[in-house]
Amino acid sequence: MAGLHFEFVSPESVLFSGDVDQVDLPGSEGDMGILPGHAPLVTTLRPGIVTIFRGGQREPVVVIGGFAEVSPKGLTVLADKAVARADFDIALLADEIRDAEEDVADSKDDALRDKLARHLEQLKALQTALTQ
Amino acid sequence: MPSLKDLRNRIAATKATQKITKAMQMVAASKLRRAQAAAEAARPYADHMDTVLGNIAASVAGVDTAPRLLRGTGSDQRHLLLVCTAERGLCGPFNTAIVRLARERAAALTAEGKEVKFFCVGRKGYDQLRRLYARQIVELVDLRSVRVLRFENAKMIAEKIIALFDKFEFDVCTLFYSRFRSVIAQIPTAQQVIPPVFDAKAADALGGAAYEFEPDAEDILHELLPRNVAVQIFRALLENAASFYGAQMSAMDNATRNAGDMIRRQTLTYNRTRQAMITKELIEIISGAEAL
Repeated sequence: MAGLHFEFVSPESVLFSGDVDQVDLPGSEGDMGILPGHAPLVTTLRPGIVTIFRGGQREPVVVIGGFAEVSPKGLTVLADKAVARADFDIALLADEIRDAEEDVADSKDDALRDKLARHLEQLKALQTALTQ
Repeated sequence: MPSLKDLRNRIAATKATQKITKAMQMVAASKLRRAQAAAEAARPYADHMDTVLGNIAASVAGVDTAPRLLRGTGSDQRHLLLVCTAERGLCGPFNTAIVRLARERAAALTAEGKEVKFFCVGRKGYDQLRRLYARQIVELVDLRSVRVLRFENAKMIAEKIIALFDKFEFDVCTLFYSRFRSVIAQIPTAQQVIPPVFDAKAADALGGAAYEFEPDAEDILHELLPRNVAVQIFRALLENAASFYGAQMSAMDNATRNAGDMIRRQTLTYNRTRQAMITKELIEIISGAEAL
């Protein structure tokens, strides 16, 4: 079976480009595994871990925000911030959580506060996942 | 006729200037390399963004509930020109070229009876536009304190623009910047960012299949459209930075060469004057001796 063409880019660089076996994404509605030949799909990503499966190896990458697109050509992940799991600095996440907490406290209208609170929870969940 | 001392001083001054321009050229060259790498690294993201958004836009085309950022306000009466220039000069025609393009567009729009406003990024463009359009400038974003351009800088500008759009301050936003082609070619470019314009060919990349959206298309577009504005601005700023150093490098290269020419000419004058004085003195001595 032909591999899945995978492009992984952030605004500041191209992180990965090539064929892989499978990619697990932290979709905003739940985790999903993308295999070759997946139906066209667009989803936003929550802060979490993208896992790239290639030649029996797993490469976990921490992403904060972004979205993914599956088209017949392959999978494209556009991440706001992305750092390999091994290089990820947990202090960075703590900063991010502090910012999110301030945002929640500052927000005026309810819809926005709900959205920000959800974002904050996702960040905290990621923190727990990473510190385990 | 200037004295020999004056000429000597002038040559020394020109040499000092040449040293400065030479140094500036080398600094620009090394910064250019970094800026160029950054601009090239940002291109794939912006291109993918364009494609993805184009695909989504094509699949929701004709839907009335599409967000205003995608559809536009339905009018093109009020234009916002987002003019991105450098913070510093000494870079040849770089800033002027961008401002000229924006000014021509503004003049054309005004002639059609449209309303034009300016949003300046970079002090140099602001200084040039202020003379003509002082009252039409909405805002100036100063990036002088920014040493390395991050996505956050572009996001901040995008948020301001979207806030203006949400307040119905304008209908169409066009971005002006300089695209980096090579060290000697920087192309002033105008790009419409609100509402976005897509390549028609991007739309049929799916081959008729429809996207599944998770969450639904509307939520995704609400996320994506503001981000797209930020990404396009980010790309423009990076291209601008690379173009700036390219322009500065060639401007300083020219300046160094001109200084070299000038030194050669001044040295020639100096030597000629010195020779003339020696000859004059000799003639005086000889004619004095002959008179005895």
